[in-house]
Amino acid sequence: MDKNLIAIILALVMAVVTYLIRMIPFVFFRKKIKSKFIKSLLYYIPYAVLSAMTFPAIFYSTGSIVTASVGTAVALIASITKRSLVVVAVLAIGAVLGTYGITLLF
Amino acid sequence: MSRNSTLTFKKGVSDGIPIALGYLSVSFAFGVTATSKLIHPLVSLLISMSNLTSAGQLAGVEVIATATVGTFLSALFQIVLTQLVINARYFLMSLTLSQKLETKFTIADRLLCAFGITDEIFGVAVSKTEPICKKYMLGLILLPFLGWSTGTISGALLGGILPSFISDALSIALYAMFIAIVIPAGIRDKKIIPVVLIAIALSCAFFFVPFLSVIPVGITYIICALFASLIGAIFFPIPDDKEEENNG
Repeated sequence: MDKNLIAIILALVMAVVTYLIRMIPFVFFRKKIKSKFIKSLLYYIPYAVLSAMTFPAIFYSTGSIVTASVGTAVALIASITKRSLVVVAVLAIGAVLGTYGITLLF
Repeated sequence: MSRNSTLTFKKGVSDGIPIALGYLSVSFAFGVTATSKLIHPLVSLLISMSNLTSAGQLAGVEVIATATVGTFLSALFQIVLTQLVINARYFLMSLTLSQKLETKFTIADRLLCAFGITDEIFGVAVSKTEPICKKYMLGLILLPFLGWSTGTISGALLGGILPSFISDALSIALYAMFIAIVIPAGIRDKKIIPVVLIAIALSCAFFFVPFLSVIPVGITYIICALFASLIGAIFFPIPDDKEEENNG
C-alpha cells in the first residue's frame, strides 16, 4: 500500500470515529447523564488530554528548546492574563521568532 | 414567524465569524505541522474537512505520519482509541446541546449538524437562551468550517515553501492554544489543576523514561488522560450543575 493511501484510510477512520462521538448523543440520547462519576470523568478529560499533548512536546515543537521555552513562557503568561486563544497563539509565535532573531546575534 | 426569529441563518453566520478567524490561523499552523511530518497537503485538507477538530487531528497526524504497511493495524487501533479519548468531550457537548434544540429539529438535521460540534461552536450555541434551530446551527458552522479548511490547505502548501524558522515558529501555535484553553479553566475551577499536573507528569514520564518512551504517542495520551481524569473523578467529583461548563 502506498503511504498516501494508508494516510487517507486512517484519516477517514478518524473522521468516522469523531463523527460518531458527536452524532450518537446528538441524535439518540435525550436524557441527561445521571452518573456523577461519568460526568466528572468527561469534564476532566479534555484538560488532561490537552495538557498531556502539550507537555513536554511543546518544548520540542520549534526545533530549539530555547526558543520553544520562551514561547511557552509567553503563552502561559498570556493565558493567565486571559488573552483569547488566537492572541495567545500569535504571541507565542512572535516570542519564538523574536528569540530566534536574538540567538542569531550571538 | 417562528418564535426563534432572532436565531436566523444570518445571525449564525455572524456569530461564526470570530470562530472562523481563530480557526484560520490555528488550522494554518496545523497544515504547516502536517506538511513538516511529510503528510500530503491534500491529505491534510481531507483530514480537516472530514474531522473539524484540533487536538484530535494533531494526535492523528502523529500516528498517520509514522504509519506503514507493517504497522497499519496498530496505527488503526491507535487512531480509533486516541480519537475516542481525545474527542470524548464532544459526547458530552452533543448531549448538552441536543437538549437545547427546538422541537422541529429532525433526525436528518441532527445528523447534519452533529458534524459541526466543536469546542467553540458548542460554546456559542449553548450560551443562547432560545431553542436552537437548524438554520442558525448551519450558519454558525459554515464559516468556521471554511476557515478550518482554507487555513489547513494554505498552511500545508506554504509550509513547504516558508523558511524553516517560520514554520518552526508556527508549530508552537496549536500547543499555545491548548495552554490558552487549559489555564483559564484551571483559574476558573481549581480542581482542574491537580488533574492537569498529573497528566503532565505522566506525559513527561512517557517521554523521558527510556523503556516507557518506546510506547506510541497515541497510546500514551490515552493513558495519561484517562488516569489523570480518573483521579479527578474519584477525588474531585464535580458538583451537579457543572456539566455545561465543559467548554474547552
